[in-house]
Amino acid sequence: MSEHDPALLSAEIDIRGLTKIFGEGATAVTAISKADLDLDRGAFISLLGPSGCGKTTLLRIVAGLEAPTEGSVSIRGLPVWRGRKRSRKATRPVSMMFQEARLFPWYSVAENVALPLRITGASNADRMARAREICATVGLKGFEDHRPAQLSGGMRQRASLARALVTDPQVLLLDEPFGALDAMTRDTLNLGLMEVCARARVTTILVTHSIAEAAFLSDRVIVLAPRPARITNVVDIPFARPRTLDLQRSTAFQDIVADLRTQLMEGHDA
Amino acid sequence: MPRSANFWRIALPAIAVVVFLVGWSVYVRTAEVSAFVLPPPEAIAVALGHLILDPNLWYHARITVTEAVSGFVIAVTLGTVLGFLMARFPPVEWAAKPFIVLLQLVPKIALAPLFILWFGFGLESKIVIAAALAFFPVFSNALIAFKSVDPGDSDVMTMLQANAAQRFVMLELPNALPVVLTGMEVSVVMSMIGAIVGEFIGGSEGLGYLAVKYLQELSVPNLFAVVVVLTLVGLCLYLLIGRLRAWLAPWHASSTGSH
Ligand SMILES: Nc1ncnc2c1ncn2[C@@H]1O[C@H](COP(=O)(O)OP(=O)(O)OP(=O)(O)O)[C@@H](O)[C@H]1O
Ligand SMILES: [Mg+2]
Repeated sequence: MSEHDPALLSAEIDIRGLTKIFGEGATAVTAISKADLDLDRGAFISLLGPSGCGKTTLLRIVAGLEAPTEGSVSIRGLPVWRGRKRSRKATRPVSMMFQEARLFPWYSVAENVALPLRITGASNADRMARAREICATVGLKGFEDHRPAQLSGGMRQRASLARALVTDPQVLLLDEPFGALDAMTRDTLNLGLMEVCARARVTTILVTHSIAEAAFLSDRVIVLAPRPARITNVVDIPFARPRTLDLQRSTAFQDIVADLRTQLMEGHDA
Repeated sequence: MPRSANFWRIALPAIAVVVFLVGWSVYVRTAEVSAFVLPPPEAIAVALGHLILDPNLWYHARITVTEAVSGFVIAVTLGTVLGFLMARFPPVEWAAKPFIVLLQLVPKIALAPLFILWFGFGLESKIVIAAALAFFPVFSNALIAFKSVDPGDSDVMTMLQANAAQRFVMLELPNALPVVLTGMEVSVVMSMIGAIVGEFIGGSEGLGYLAVKYLQELSVPNLFAVVVVLTLVGLCLYLLIGRLRAWLAPWHASSTGSH
């Protein structure tokens, strides 16, 4: 889509010609092929695409967990990758929520949520108070002292979201955060997430399999197709913010959802 | 659980033990087994009763426990540290590998006389034998445990910009603990064996020495009684590890399971 514009160097996240190939020779898998993407500060974009089309891989490269085969990623002008070495400085403002909850079983829910603050050296009282506060906002009040094994799958995801938010990140990478949640809780958390992201102008990349969720939350939806994995389309979502759940009932919204569905299916057939 | 199931869970093992003891007693009497070979259980019970009241026994028991526990502590410390270093720094593993494999293949018991030669007839040689036997279960478990950090958990720490010390304290150590504790459960038994074998072959103190002494006196009920005491001591040490597990790794299934 957009050609490289020097004025966009101020972009919060800048992805240029990103390619990732796993393996070599006959068994090589192209997970991402020449992806270009830029996000201004506070932008909320979603990645939509079939299973195995490279969404997680894209997030992991942005997060500095997987080195790209080609191309570059910059966060606030700092390259995330120098060759195969990740830059701690560039990834400092980034918080990632993984596809699995990834809580540590030896800590309580509150201790898990407080872990990022413990690592940055916050005092025990401060970080636990903050952890309890954020547990309450994701609906885990009363479960702070439970162990992760005592939570349901959806509750673990919420604890994982709380851990991702506890540091007030400037860049948020969310890999199917609400997959295990019921529709009502999902709506509530989506509204909460939009509010947090808007208030702190958090730049967010969300991976989801829900077309409606992508359309509801995002400024832009990136449609990906598999084999070879690539960006097939970028759909701007024009609705004003703040958005309410009523938006989902409007015809304009449903038209966009239908349009996205068609594009996803085309990608599938290609 | 229904009440009757609860009842049988306690009653059945009790009945089984009683049947076993009665059967033993009846067999010894009817088959006219020599009391030198296999005394009836009641004779052992009497001997045990006398032995337990004898302060001499507790002196010897203290010696054996001291040897076994010292050897165990040395083995756990060395095994955990070396296991961690080898898991964390592959060159250490490459360098240490040939020695580890060789030492693993040597029957450690066969080294016991050598240790007596090197460290004398006192406590030291028994501690070394106990440590030698107890080392490998902890070491090999620690090596696997410190190697088996889930890459996804490691990614979490990477995203949180954790340094090496934080990684160790918050991820690698707690992740390894349940498996290391399992190694310790085996090791504590091995260290008892080591201490007793050391006392068998060169000692003037300890329960192993006492057993040999009773054998020479052909005091078989006393010999059995010593074995019972040894078993009880071993059981106490084993249960202690269970307490340690409940305290150090309460989140792990092994802590709430059958122990
Ligand atoms: N570490 C790896 N080694 C080899 N191949 C990999 C690796 N990680 C991912 N792949 C391959 O890259 C492709 C994209 O994987 P990725 O996990 O990014 O998909 P995804 O879009 O997140 O799928 P899903 O929606 O199922 O989570 C897949 O074909 C996968 O097999
Ligand atoms: Mg994925």
